[in-house]
Amino acid sequence: MLRLDCLRSVYSELEDYLVVTIMGAVSAELQSLGHRPNFFYLLHAMGLASSTGLGLALCLPNQRVIVFDGDGSLLMNLGSLSTMARYRPKNLTHVVFDNESLLSVGGFPTATSTGTDLEGIARSAGIPRVVTVRDVENFRSEVCGAPQRNELTTIVAKVAATGPSGYVTDLSVLENRFQFQRYVQSSKRIRIE
Amino acid sequence: MLRHYTGTRIKSSRYGAIANVVERDDIRPENKPMSVSLTSSKLIYDALKDCDIRLLSALPETWLVHLIRLADEDPDTILVRLAKEEEGVGISAGAHFAGVKSAMLMQNHGFLASINGIVSFAHLYKIPLLMLISYRGSFGERDPWQTQGGNVTEPVLRALRIPYFFLDGIETVKKRIRDAQTLAESSLQPVGILLTRDLMWEE
Repeated sequence: MLRLDCLRSVYSELEDYLVVTIMGAVSAELQSLGHRPNFFYLLHAMGLASSTGLGLALCLPNQRVIVFDGDGSLLMNLGSLSTMARYRPKNLTHVVFDNESLLSVGGFPTATSTGTDLEGIARSAGIPRVVTVRDVENFRSEVCGAPQRNELTTIVAKVAATGPSGYVTDLSVLENRFQFQRYVQSSKRIRIE
Repeated sequence: MLRHYTGTRIKSSRYGAIANVVERDDIRPENKPMSVSLTSSKLIYDALKDCDIRLLSALPETWLVHLIRLADEDPDTILVRLAKEEEGVGISAGAHFAGVKSAMLMQNHGFLASINGIVSFAHLYKIPLLMLISYRGSFGERDPWQTQGGNVTEPVLRALRIPYFFLDGIETVKKRIRDAQTLAESSLQPVGILLTRDLMWEE
């Protein structure tokens, strides 16, 4: 399963979400499908994409939030699973693209390549719904079913350790950050009115 | 990294160890209990409320127990109890994007544990962070394990070019917290408020 195919399969659904991604291939591939103002790419600070999604989800309980995380990033902040599980916002979907690799720094294998089980860790942390998916159809079904299930979900998507040739795009971090904030706050105003 | 509660008279409740936490009273000369100042904690909490802080992330340490309890008991405040302080940078960033003012409660060792998040997120993306940092390991510290962190807290804040100020007396709590929040919001960067022993600890 390719991460790009997963992203493509749910791209049209993402219009209704606040989307937070990690750095590297996830960010570059989502942008390759077309940037939108509701996409925020955390291009460093590995591990904090899930925390950012949690902050958004707790502050905006009527807004759906999705985080596209990765095995390398999540392994840097496993405690985030326990914090998410503690508050278990129903409006948060946490996708972990697990390619068993730190791809963007040269493809070094992560601990998931030697048996660390992120699904098991997430479940034991107390995330109410945890699934592992290995094909695009199931990936799409899990993401698209999230609003209806309405419970904090971690989706571990096993993907191939391949990605784009480069990771730098022409969207600056600050442009992305201010555009995203403006989008979040304008969409909030619309909902309240 | 462990934030120790030591001593023999720790009260437990559903909030964990709170109130009259006793710090190393086995080596205190008169074996006299010392406790975290409830008065100062309330002043700080009220000052945060006056700044419209609606989300607090926290990892407990002795000096913060009253503050965390006040947040927990306040239905208008979102309290996020963390596993590690660096998570608070991401949570505060999410809150900021959502238009919610937030603050981080942590020990100076928690600040030290958050540095990459501060640099690679708050600084890189210009995120305002109001960081209330208990200044352990400074003059008067009895716990040996706190002392190295005390030595490096201010040098690290300066190295990171994080503006910081002390809270050391009840008269200035409200103004300094308001001023710190004002600067964080106008400059879109982290600011540090060091909670000192003089303010937080009652003999």
